[in-house]
Amino acid sequence: MSDVSQPTAHPPVTDWVNDFDHTDPQWTDDPFPIWEELRAASPVVHTERFLGCYMPTTYEAVREIANDAEHFSSRRIIVRDVRPEVARNAAPPITSDPPVHKPAKQLLLPPFTPDAMKKLEPRMRAICNELIDGFIADGKVDAAAQYGKYIPVQAIAHMLGIPESDSDLFINWIHMILELGIKDENKLLQAVQEMSAYFRTHIEERRSKPTKDLISYLMNAKDKEGQPLEESHVLGSLRLLLIAGIDTTWSAIGSSLWHLARTPADRERLIAEPGLIPIAVEELLRAYSPVTMAREVVKETTVSGCPVKAGNMVLLSFPAANRDPKMFPDADKVVIDRRENRHAAFGLGIHRCVGSNLARMEMQVALEEWLKRIPDFRLDPAGTVTWSQGTVRGPRQLPFLLGKAM
Amino acid sequence: MAERLRVHVDPDKCQGHARCKALAPELFELDEYGNAHEAGDGTVPPGLEDKAWLAKSNCPEIAIDVIEE
Repeated sequence: MSDVSQPTAHPPVTDWVNDFDHTDPQWTDDPFPIWEELRAASPVVHTERFLGCYMPTTYEAVREIANDAEHFSSRRIIVRDVRPEVARNAAPPITSDPPVHKPAKQLLLPPFTPDAMKKLEPRMRAICNELIDGFIADGKVDAAAQYGKYIPVQAIAHMLGIPESDSDLFINWIHMILELGIKDENKLLQAVQEMSAYFRTHIEERRSKPTKDLISYLMNAKDKEGQPLEESHVLGSLRLLLIAGIDTTWSAIGSSLWHLARTPADRERLIAEPGLIPIAVEELLRAYSPVTMAREVVKETTVSGCPVKAGNMVLLSFPAANRDPKMFPDADKVVIDRRENRHAAFGLGIHRCVGSNLARMEMQVALEEWLKRIPDFRLDPAGTVTWSQGTVRGPRQLPFLLGKAM
Repeated sequence: MAERLRVHVDPDKCQGHARCKALAPELFELDEYGNAHEAGDGTVPPGLEDKAWLAKSNCPEIAIDVIEE
């Protein structure tokens, strides 16, 4: 039987350096000063929470860990309260280590190249404009719930060949896995089971009626020995594509619009120079990276001179790495035309995000289409901005007033 | 005297972030997996030197060398 536990409330943090907790409300609300404090203390900090967990606080320490699959396993990639038995083929390749990682990853890469994304771009522009049509006359919008959310959902549904109208189902599963699942094992298991059942139905349909989507692509894929993939591998990769493709880009689009709503100078510059938008997207990805990954220490070693012991998890915070002033001058400022930007928003090393080209295309198109039609917008003082908790950070409520301020 | 530049991608380091292809499409090509290699022998045509340096300084894996010849 798997180790099923009830959700537990975490005591508030009073000592960040020795007792950090990425689910604490203070972290969710404004993590940047916390990361600064941790970085000033040590390149690697530790907490007893989550059954023991380290966090590298500098870009260099994050890079060291990301490039060291020998000591740091990807078999667990979310820092949670419990460590149940690891499922085989949980979500390959993100949960895979060498040597099985590379073939699993190579399988997924061809459908996500920049050229493949170019073909999807016209559909994305149409989606963005349909969404804008739906609220522009209202003079106000929740840009997270009514815009940012639906762009990645519809993109990945389109690629997988599943109905865009099932969006709310996908979003609920993701919330159960990435947020509620940190403290409530039951929610995570339920979501995984429901997703697998959902995809099994779609796989069945395609046995008699093959399609040209990613589900058929994975069903027909062969491993290195020329054998079809095990069903658990196909299901694991499908779950991964759905989970990883939605919350993440939703968050990145939301944070970008949140920044532009509060920074008229950057907004005006991008409207005057739309050619700068791809560079701005990189800087917004750096400053507001949505994704924090995890590793499990499987062999004792040192990171940036700090000893780390097996049995602990590692909170691999690419967002914190991207705020390291040693790596990025003016790291705490959004420099909208930053020229040198080796940010790690999509990870570093062998686990570089498979969907990075898709995410970049979605962000560029989402900002371009929005700015063309809504050059003026600001936070609605009557509303509240809320942020997601845990593994993926971005605004979940983002109330805007549209048009020039009176 | 103007120096001649050549770019080179270390295939063992490249992870397919494709920043070089976005910033200097004339100097890099991507394979079917989206991993990068230099176009031709990597020689940087006159006028594209700035793009070569830009590609190097935006590669998250530090996989790009710019060689001054």
